[in-house]
Amino acid sequence: MREFDYVRATDTARASVEGQGAETRFIAGGTNLLDLMKLEVMAPSKLVDISRLPLDRIEEADGGLRIGATVTNSDLAADPRIRASYPVLSRALLAGASGQLRNKATTGGNLLQRTRCPYFYDTDTPCNKRSPGEGCAAMGGETRNHAVLGTSETCIALHPSDMAVAMRALDAKVEVQGAGGETNSFAMEEFYLLPSDTPHIETILESGDLITGVHLPAPRGDRQVYRKVRDRASYAFALVSTAAVVKMEDGRIADAAVAFGGLGTMPWRDPEVDAALTGEAPSRALFDKAADLLLREAEVTDGTAFKLPLARRVLRAVLEEATA
Amino acid sequence: MSYELKVDDKETTDRAAGLSQGLLGTAADRPEGVLKVTGRATYAAEDMPEGTAFGVLVRAPAMGRVELGNAPAVEKLPGVLAVIHDKRMLRNPAQGMAGEAPVQGVAEADYVGQPIALVVAGSFEQARHAAEVMEVRCLGEIRPVSPGAVEPEVPEKKQSSMGDLDAAMAAAVHKVDATYSTSAMSSAAMEPHAALAWWEGDKLTVRASLQMLKYNRAELADSVGIPLENVRILSPYVGGGFGSKLGVSPEVVAAAIAAQQLGRPVRVVLNRRQVFETITRRSETEQHIRLAADGEGRLTGVGHDALVSNLPEEPFSEPVTQATPFNYEGAARTIGHRVARIHRPAAGSVRAPGEAVGVTAFEIAMDELAVAAGIDPVELRLRNIPAEVPGTGKPFSSHMLAESLNDGAARFGWADRAAEPRARREGEWWIGSGVASAFRVNMLSEAEARVVLGPEGAIVETDMTDIGTGTYAILGQIAGELLGLPQEKVEVRLGDTAFPPGSGSGGSIGAASTGTAVWLAAQEVRAALAKEMGCEPDDLTLKDGRATCGNISRDIAELISGESLEGHGHVQPGDASSKVKQATFGAHFAEVAVNDVTGEVRVRRMLGSFAAGRILNLKTARSQCHGGMTWGIGMALTEELVHDRRDGHMVNRDLAEYHVAVNADVPPLEVHFLEERDPWTGPMQVKGIGELGICGAAAAILNAIHHASGVRLRDLPATPDKVLAGLEELG
Repeated sequence: MREFDYVRATDTARASVEGQGAETRFIAGGTNLLDLMKLEVMAPSKLVDISRLPLDRIEEADGGLRIGATVTNSDLAADPRIRASYPVLSRALLAGASGQLRNKATTGGNLLQRTRCPYFYDTDTPCNKRSPGEGCAAMGGETRNHAVLGTSETCIALHPSDMAVAMRALDAKVEVQGAGGETNSFAMEEFYLLPSDTPHIETILESGDLITGVHLPAPRGDRQVYRKVRDRASYAFALVSTAAVVKMEDGRIADAAVAFGGLGTMPWRDPEVDAALTGEAPSRALFDKAADLLLREAEVTDGTAFKLPLARRVLRAVLEEATA
Repeated sequence: MSYELKVDDKETTDRAAGLSQGLLGTAADRPEGVLKVTGRATYAAEDMPEGTAFGVLVRAPAMGRVELGNAPAVEKLPGVLAVIHDKRMLRNPAQGMAGEAPVQGVAEADYVGQPIALVVAGSFEQARHAAEVMEVRCLGEIRPVSPGAVEPEVPEKKQSSMGDLDAAMAAAVHKVDATYSTSAMSSAAMEPHAALAWWEGDKLTVRASLQMLKYNRAELADSVGIPLENVRILSPYVGGGFGSKLGVSPEVVAAAIAAQQLGRPVRVVLNRRQVFETITRRSETEQHIRLAADGEGRLTGVGHDALVSNLPEEPFSEPVTQATPFNYEGAARTIGHRVARIHRPAAGSVRAPGEAVGVTAFEIAMDELAVAAGIDPVELRLRNIPAEVPGTGKPFSSHMLAESLNDGAARFGWADRAAEPRARREGEWWIGSGVASAFRVNMLSEAEARVVLGPEGAIVETDMTDIGTGTYAILGQIAGELLGLPQEKVEVRLGDTAFPPGSGSGGSIGAASTGTAVWLAAQEVRAALAKEMGCEPDDLTLKDGRATCGNISRDIAELISGESLEGHGHVQPGDASSKVKQATFGAHFAEVAVNDVTGEVRVRRMLGSFAAGRILNLKTARSQCHGGMTWGIGMALTEELVHDRRDGHMVNRDLAEYHVAVNADVPPLEVHFLEERDPWTGPMQVKGIGELGICGAAAAILNAIHHASGVRLRDLPATPDKVLAGLEELG
């Protein structure tokens, strides 16, 4: 770990000012950042601690809920309003990490957690995400935990979040306070960036930008399912996960929002998959068509090839459950 | 004086049965348990002397001649005291019971991840940063890292053959001919390897986390280049070993060298990644198994050929086939052992080296034979239990495999099991059950101990370690039983090479070996008490602090009139093992659920029935079996060290990515012990129990996966991708 300056933010508006600078990072739970700093994968020169800012509340807003950035994963999962109206989020949260980690990890921090690509964590191997232009050790290496969607020539690192997958299916918007004090709101597909040839740039956040919260609109569907497949029963990242928010009318799918973890370089959702399901009567053929659409541009390695049949089966089972 | 025993012959009298205190076989608590759970038991890295400096090992990022480009600059970093690049540093840990230095040197990196320097600083954080910014170059070609890339060694002494296996296979009514593979695995002990070293003149003292101190002392002395008597090692508490702490390891020697050079105490703690890549792993194995059977499922031929790997110059190779010479009937028998010399991190002993993986593969093959022959898998095993070691005429010292299988089957409810696979479904889940036998060779090792009886109670001293197994408890029980003292009146002092050398912890030898040394030492004290009482030792009854002989009864403290009596015990293995085959036996039963959508497997319940001679402490013995069975779940379903195919380095070297079984993976585990006395193991008639629980446990799970889902996996672990591929094949 390199030496760094530490500032405890006491005022949300000022935090963005204190947070300016290319080498400055905000810290809340620190469950990922501290590990990365110890390994010197990340080496910020300044940390701005936002854990004491009044961002730890869940409030009703605009027909939905506004979740403060420092609400912990445990508190969010246990919130009665989340459990009642957004159970997919509660389940996704509880499927992630371990009890100890969820007690520390925050909503904003979870959105920004870094990939678990082992080569990203290994400063003795090249990584375009860690050191732009250095090359990618994962390609040609051990890639069982890598992405098959949204990959690029420079990076196949997977986004590891469970929470963000559910949020994507729930049309969540990320609220960001800029360095000038203005607040903007971004849909998840705007917030996250594909690796392209700049895999080190993962979101639209710029210097001083502070996530202050996440807004969940009123749920579009009452049938919500989160299913995660992993190598052990707890404390393992997803091989494949699927979040579905579905509304049924007269035996047809009136509305569908399906998002995926374990597949993409960002929490994945494909509008064509949703569109193909909407208005249709549930059937195995329909679900298989949705899977075809989802995976039409998938790029696999010998390590990730298994994810395609697995994703297909999980999607089918999740949709069967959500539409039954 | 000393009571000496060489175990050459059987001892049929159950001498412990004649004792009165009633401590043996109880579920006594660990005397140090409260200290451990309240954080007051100090482990190797704690208790730092004033002025301790902190060392962090630097790894080789590649292979070949090592250059430390910026060492002078690193030495000028804030707080840095030294960059140590000393030819005495270890390439990898010593193998178990080596008693001499392993391969040393830092000029050349033989594998990626090898420690090649130590950075020492005034604070841990400064040392860690300095180690990270060290520019290490390794100027060499990448050498072979995959077992398939080299022509393996075929050590002559490890091949054996009797009868004509090919003919037996040709004539067989039912047969199995298949190849099985198990992954490289890590012990992943909770306490990372750590050392705290300081010198007083030419005397070196090291607090370390090690399992076998008398060997470790010799290994450390040889590594550093000083006389044995100048080395003292302290390991009073060890947070798990599982074989990974059998031999002295790089951090111990590095701390000793640094403390010598700097003239102050130095602490070196491995971080979790270093534990994975610096400490010995269990080799991956590839096992070709052939079984030939007649129409009734009786084995006529057995073939077991294993390919394992290790670094060049390492004497250890996973003894995969260790149980195969005696496990079942089969007149024709061919056993092969090949070692691929490759440049992955060193392989060494990990809990039940050999049987853990060898019995597992063999027991899957037995299940395949049962299916092929249409015979119940328990019945198939019962039909093949040998009366003596096949082809040798050598009897077993004791053998309760049949009883274990029958007892386990009855308790598990095996009779209700459907004969055919894919017979039971609950929603998405296929439910099934499987069985496997457990075998583990039993060994005795030389051990010494001292027992001192004083007015306040007794003190037991030996350099034996307690690596979480319950040694403190059982040695106190043994001494208390013989001296007629409640356990709290016996203080057990372990883990100090200033004490008489015990056996060390490893290979399940501790209870029988060091336990017998304590037994002998306490017998010497008993004899002295008998003399005071004026009677023969056999006529003496000691209970609750009182000595009774005929109609005379006296308080022991009063009897010794404020003095203390000392006994010394020394046990050595004799030629018992040339007369009889000693092993422990058991049976594993598992019920699993296999998800038809995802290929996920959940173990729903597991039961083990074990026979290991006299059980000294029901609680700690059961915990050992719980641990072994939990390891079996990991081996079956989740544990796999992944080596990068290009340079062999460990890719998943932390506890987030190397998947040991977590609580949610472990269902209720039931453990039963069969009453057994083994007359060939010394006066207590005990055998080792620390490793039996893992041997075959994974096979019961893999066999249950087949019974549940119809998917036969021969490549462990059974991760969802592999199970799913099997499900897709079945359609």
